[in-house]
Amino acid sequence: MDFLDLLTSTSARALAFSTPLLWAALGEIYAERAGVVNLGVEGMMILGAVAGFIVGQTSGSPLLGLVLAAGVGGVAALVHAFIAVTLRANQYVSGLALTIFGLGLSGLLGREWVGQPLVNSMTFVTVPVLSEVPVLGPVLFTDQYLLTYAGLVAAALLWFVLHHTRLGMTLRTVGEAPVAADVAGINVMAVRYGAVAFGGVMAGIAGAYLSVAYRPSWGEGMTNGMGWIALAMAIFALWDPLRAVGAAFLFGAFFTLSFRLQNVFPPELLTLMPYVFTIVALTLVALGKGARSFGAPAALGQPYQRGER
Amino acid sequence: MPFRRRFVYSDRVEATSFSSEPHSKAPLLSMRDITKRFPGVVANDRVSFEVRAGEVHALLGENGAGKTTLMNILYGLYHPDEGDVYLSGEPVRLVSPRDAMKRGIGLVAQHFHLARRHTVAENIALGLPDTPMLFPTRALERRLTELGERYGLAVDPKARIWQLSPGEQQRVEILKALVQGAKILILDEPTSVLTPQEADRLFAVVRQMRADGEAVIFISHKLDEVMEIADTITVLRKGRVEGTLKRSEANPSKLARLMVGRDVANPERKVASPSEESVVRLVGVWCKNARGVDALKDLSFEVRHGEILGVAGVAGNGQGELIEILTGLRKPTHGRIALDGGDITPLGVKGLFEAGVAHIPEDRNHIGIVPSMSVAENLVLRQYRYKPFAKGMLLDWSAVTGFVQDAIKGYEIATPSKDTIARLLSGGNVQKLILARELSGEPKLVVASHPTYGLDVSATALTHRLLLEQRERGAGVLLVSEDLEELMKLSDRIMVLFSGRVMGVVESTEADRERLGLMMAGVQEQGLQKHQDLSVTEMGI
Repeated sequence: MDFLDLLTSTSARALAFSTPLLWAALGEIYAERAGVVNLGVEGMMILGAVAGFIVGQTSGSPLLGLVLAAGVGGVAALVHAFIAVTLRANQYVSGLALTIFGLGLSGLLGREWVGQPLVNSMTFVTVPVLSEVPVLGPVLFTDQYLLTYAGLVAAALLWFVLHHTRLGMTLRTVGEAPVAADVAGINVMAVRYGAVAFGGVMAGIAGAYLSVAYRPSWGEGMTNGMGWIALAMAIFALWDPLRAVGAAFLFGAFFTLSFRLQNVFPPELLTLMPYVFTIVALTLVALGKGARSFGAPAALGQPYQRGER
Repeated sequence: MPFRRRFVYSDRVEATSFSSEPHSKAPLLSMRDITKRFPGVVANDRVSFEVRAGEVHALLGENGAGKTTLMNILYGLYHPDEGDVYLSGEPVRLVSPRDAMKRGIGLVAQHFHLARRHTVAENIALGLPDTPMLFPTRALERRLTELGERYGLAVDPKARIWQLSPGEQQRVEILKALVQGAKILILDEPTSVLTPQEADRLFAVVRQMRADGEAVIFISHKLDEVMEIADTITVLRKGRVEGTLKRSEANPSKLARLMVGRDVANPERKVASPSEESVVRLVGVWCKNARGVDALKDLSFEVRHGEILGVAGVAGNGQGELIEILTGLRKPTHGRIALDGGDITPLGVKGLFEAGVAHIPEDRNHIGIVPSMSVAENLVLRQYRYKPFAKGMLLDWSAVTGFVQDAIKGYEIATPSKDTIARLLSGGNVQKLILARELSGEPKLVVASHPTYGLDVSATALTHRLLLEQRERGAGVLLVSEDLEELMKLSDRIMVLFSGRVMGVVESTEADRERLGLMMAGVQEQGLQKHQDLSVTEMGI
């Protein structure tokens, strides 16, 4: 196998691997832009995965499974929104609880389904014409799932919405200065609920991608920490959807490489890299002058309450 | 909806639509018998007042008189328990800020409601009903430039809020209200973040708005600026209206009496001459702020025995860091500090206290006291580890009690008992507690930061008296304040800080608002005395 082949096939696999990371991270970026941290990404993903598989298996339609998984993720996120936004409880504790809850419940629900192959799984898509393009063709447009393409489109769309539309401006303001948003007549609670629910929908889709497409089966704990990486990615991407694409690909590449190079390189070191990168990125942001323009949303993690004395 | 005015760009259209409204119709705004209670306090007690188009109406009162509560009701943030609001004679119920805005009410709050990382245009576009879904700020940026020129409120629409000075941020808030079509503009303590010159510019903007037929509600506790800008003055005290006067009928002493409820006696400053010897002397001091940026740059000055040195400056020009390095909360990166000739640069909080530095902090409720501990415990918070309060590892509570009872009596601290939780005291009494603790050991240097901010008149007078007593006793006092009147009244000399540098030091007898204001804006005085040539050896360190 020559070097170019290795590069393209690794890149193609990295892209497929990074898809659920991207979906989950995009959702978390929106939730955090509205000022709500949701450590429940892992839990929402695994609930999406189990729901997607069960529905896909019983109905025979992986697409229906995907849609339901999105719904389940959204509902799970609403629980977090209720606790963190309405009750103003500690967001970190609530999110953590959601992850533990999701892992437990999915194990219970999925017990009978373990080890079954999915009857109809999502199929690879190869884009005609574009797949003939050298290098890019085999990496991007050959044998990928529709969700991979959709994720890239979603990232571009979400970036545009965030920076160039009224909705995005509203969202950013709620995360930066909820008081300013409130005084401008924006319903801070509603925006936060919406953003958190959206994050749940995206995490649900990410989970279902694993169980109806990438690895069409159900296994307990099959998300295997991807939710945590998605959380780290939101930070590493500095809360920007387009940068999340790069982050997802980079992190995906580390995992693919850790598998491919396990004979020459300790795989643990490579799988560790995403976290090292996140720490380095956070340090650079905190030290640099960028802190004011690129840093975390100013009201991140802070419950909002109008100032009645 | 007669109040809804879409923003129109032709001056002519605006001018005619305004001037066609006769000023004598039903008042633009009328608040009648507004009552608002909070647990344990009646913030507004049957407050009534009216504002007409083309009028600047001042709400004058001390902190806690109920001005801000009243305006929060008008802006839809609070709902009154009793009473009604009328706009152009029609009763309205304002349920939210957006509702108030739609009806033509704009608020420039004391603490700005701006997202610091957003641009000016983004902040303003946020509250506009006609902001487009896509590219929301594009059209607005041009409109803002035009409007800024018209009112003398020029701000770059693409600048980010954190890049702007407080004065510029205030302009953004005013622009926001104007773009939203405010016909009634509320300015809440608008000059507190401005230099005197910036305040004059603000007054010009207010006059322009008045000429255009806007109604302006000007909230303040400063008599002189109310006399300068207002047409009508309503004085509030303890939640009630004490009187409404035309400016022609008002004079400062009359207003002060209404505001305070009695004649105000000012403590006299004796014309004692400070000694030539310095209590504290700084040479070439630099330090960084919490964000790692240089906050004090090559600072050199001295405070003499028996002198009050006032420190003036717009908030955030290094005053906070100066207080912190003098009290041991922050370390200078370069330079030397000497107390009575001895080097105190390396000392921390405890060391400086033992050396004789007293600290009256700005944030008295969080830094000055431990709110959940008792008055007695708070009174010995600094001294408890020394004799006579400590006997080895043990506390001598009888010694503490004796000291505490004397302090409560001597400083007139109104508290139910020495064991009352400090949080339950009023602001004035918390400050008396801090003064009692800090001044008890006959300090050499008293570092006071905004010591009368938010205090009522009697607590202010007591604080002034105590600081003057320290001066007469021979201590040095460093007084940081945003209130220029206070600085000129108490200080022997006034030092102006701008961007972490000394812009000048003037004798208070030669200081006036104009001169200080120029320096506060960064204009260095000609022939400024250089203190930097003092070498470390000269200081005897």
